[in-house]
Amino acid sequence: MSAESLFPRLEALLPKVQKPIQYVGGELNSTVKDWDEATVRWALMYPDAYEVGLPNQGVQILYEILNELPETLAERTYAVWPDLEALMRAEGVPQFTVDAHRPVRAFDVLGVSFSTELGYTNLFTALDLAGIPLEAVARTEADPIVLAGGHAAFNPEPIADFLDAAVLGDGEQIAIAITEVIREWKAEGRPGGRDGLLLRLAESGGVYVPKFYDVEYLPDGRIQRVVPNRPGVPSRVFKHTVMDLDDWPYPKKPLVPLAETVHERFSVEIFRGCTRGCRFCQAGMITRPVRERSITVIGDMVANGVKESGFTEVGLLSLSSADHSEIAEVAKGLADRYEGTNTSLSLPSTRVDAFNIDLANEFSRNGRRSGLTFAPEGGSERMRKVINKMVTEEDLIRTVTTAYSQGWRQVKLYFMCGLPTEEDVDVMGIADLARKVIKAGREATGSRDIRCTVSIGGFVPKPHTPFQWAAQCDHETVDRRLRELRNELRNDKQYGKAIGFRYHDGKPSIVEGLLSRGDRRVGRVIHAVWADGGRFDGWSEHFSYERWMKAAAEVGVDVDWYTIREREEHEVLPWDHLDAGLDREWLWQDWQDALSDVEVEDCRWTPCYDCGVCPSMGTEIQIGPTGRKLLPLTVV
Amino acid sequence: MVQRLRVRYAKRGRLRFTSHRDISRALERAVRRADIPVAYSAGFSPHPKISYAGAAPTGVASEAEYLEIGVSRACDPRRLRADLDASLPPGLDVLDVVDAAEAGPGNLADRLEASLWEARLTGADPAEAGAAVREFLAAPSVPVERLTKKGMRAFDARQAVHSLTVAGEAGQRTDGTAGQKPIQSCVILRMVVRHETPAVRPDDVLMGLRLVAGFAPPSPPSVTRLAQGPLDAMTGEPADPLVTDRVGGDL
Repeated sequence: MSAESLFPRLEALLPKVQKPIQYVGGELNSTVKDWDEATVRWALMYPDAYEVGLPNQGVQILYEILNELPETLAERTYAVWPDLEALMRAEGVPQFTVDAHRPVRAFDVLGVSFSTELGYTNLFTALDLAGIPLEAVARTEADPIVLAGGHAAFNPEPIADFLDAAVLGDGEQIAIAITEVIREWKAEGRPGGRDGLLLRLAESGGVYVPKFYDVEYLPDGRIQRVVPNRPGVPSRVFKHTVMDLDDWPYPKKPLVPLAETVHERFSVEIFRGCTRGCRFCQAGMITRPVRERSITVIGDMVANGVKESGFTEVGLLSLSSADHSEIAEVAKGLADRYEGTNTSLSLPSTRVDAFNIDLANEFSRNGRRSGLTFAPEGGSERMRKVINKMVTEEDLIRTVTTAYSQGWRQVKLYFMCGLPTEEDVDVMGIADLARKVIKAGREATGSRDIRCTVSIGGFVPKPHTPFQWAAQCDHETVDRRLRELRNELRNDKQYGKAIGFRYHDGKPSIVEGLLSRGDRRVGRVIHAVWADGGRFDGWSEHFSYERWMKAAAEVGVDVDWYTIREREEHEVLPWDHLDAGLDREWLWQDWQDALSDVEVEDCRWTPCYDCGVCPSMGTEIQIGPTGRKLLPLTVV
Repeated sequence: MVQRLRVRYAKRGRLRFTSHRDISRALERAVRRADIPVAYSAGFSPHPKISYAGAAPTGVASEAEYLEIGVSRACDPRRLRADLDASLPPGLDVLDVVDAAEAGPGNLADRLEASLWEARLTGADPAEAGAAVREFLAAPSVPVERLTKKGMRAFDARQAVHSLTVAGEAGQRTDGTAGQKPIQSCVILRMVVRHETPAVRPDDVLMGLRLVAGFAPPSPPSVTRLAQGPLDAMTGEPADPLVTDRVGGDL
């Protein structure tokens, strides 16, 4: 199809929509390459609004890496808000990229990064607006390969019928490999057509092509097995792991939007993976092993990113940033370099120990000491053992006391509700902790001007974690416990006013649970919800629990069976053929350990290959210390 | 702060969809990337000393936007113009930079008395536009309503309009190449509007034309601010607001 710019037609619609700037592209460091000089063309989508999608690191990294390849171009597309969607439908304007406003259907690949399952309905809107058939089997050679990545792709089964392919794990190398497979296939005259290309991708073992696998069910509805339905297709698909992150210092040219976005900062991933072993954490399980960037590369990336972007804030990202082997040196080195400038540094601080406060003190040299965040996750000692969050009450009180006495006025505490084996008393323990935190803070500072905010999320069991077998807590119970906790805090005369309370109701977690651990039969629910107008399910003002339940009932899907049902050891799980490297028996043992409050150590400090990732993936932990230091930046 | 510089810049093409807030973020970042020694306010959260005068609405292009930058180290206006322009995204273009005169009369915002706007109305009928303009100008007042942050607000769109003229571009074919669409006829309105409170914007005038004469162009208007400054009694149009800064300067 023609790849001519749709901008003239889009432009006529823009005066009629909210925040039109999000649709015009032209970000600093964005790239528009010549269409005809490229032989492989990617449209990269983050299936949420531009303000959320633009800062996404995964999309920015792949965009840059693909555009660096010769004869390859990559452009970006995001979910359009319902106001523009209605106008595009009325005027026949298809889904477009923001870079050169080309129609998405003209590309070879539509790569979609799913951080969360709640973006699925937005994928449907984009496909439909693009004129790409929703069902993968209905697509022709005129349609792009619809390829999913991101953490949700570790169980893409609920959207399997709507995807051509999915990749698990780090995208850098596999995106390049896929590009070369497509380039060869095109150069050879597209042998075998669309299926010929999908077969080549599937045979590599690194790309999952759902339609090449049949799912067979037992009479009771459980899965009997998932098997390849044609020769050459491997029975298991493996995740991808990029080693030596220093060799991949992206983003080098961070995108700087004109529109306001949710993260107005330059972010550097200081390491990937986490082996703390928190049992609820899917990210910690599927991104193993830990691979650090070295202190000097981090320093170079920060210096370059600040210069290229003009951002005033730098974020050092990872799953647990304080765990970098040289984080103290990184913190001091960066704080020295940027002291007296208007560049501020931030570290998502969730580790509960005094070391974390030292780091926070370094990072706040240029700014105010406003708030510190800690994540004990569980309200009682027993609960924290179940989830393997090794924090004692004593640790927490000692840490917050130090924080308050060093000038921090506000402490934020993250918890979850609805965890496996949780009882009312575990949740009420959160109120006790919060009270003790305020009491300790008042004693330490002699001031009443300190606050503590308790923030609570609903727990959703995720694939590839020890809790993948667990029954999700029903939303009535979650809501009741949160209500009681709120009343307890509200009625506290002595401390209640110093404690803030933030939580969401339990219903969205049930939908997230359905999509997280669903199988291919759940796809019909997503389709029905979308057809009924479901959009932007991650936004509370757009999300409708009732719409999801109505759709599930209509297509005959029992939501409880997928969510609040506990699975037994040998049940075939929908994602069992998708291999994150984790040994299934280890996961099961860890689940059993959770049920008997047994904790597990971090393999960075107590060597162990029990989880199975390193031996099965051929990877190793890559951590420092390097012993190197950050030198002052020379002034040009 | 050792020096104030006054900047005229344009907002063009697709960047006309930037809001005032988008522009201020883009400018602050551009200033940092260009290593311009912008002065910062004192206090708990220091802000760069950049002040904006009367930004054009979102969706409206402009050849005449103004701002003032305070710097902590003396800067050559020509150098700053080149550096800032190179650092801003294409479409936000720096047109002129002058040293703010030591004792210039009034601040910059006070000098911006009126704007010259151009509204291109593709597909509109020139005769209908002409009739509507005559009716509008003949009316003693033209009450219109606009949704503002404070809700629906009613005000007069006529009083602030200093002049309003209509010109047309007839529909023409290009070189007659087969397959090329004929260019549609286009009405061009030029209006000089005084800056008053509440502010009257070009879309208010267009709303007024619709109300007095039922004139409604078939597609969204494309509006550009061509100039703003002190209203020149001779020409009836806004004059260059930076001219008093140049007097005595080395330019």
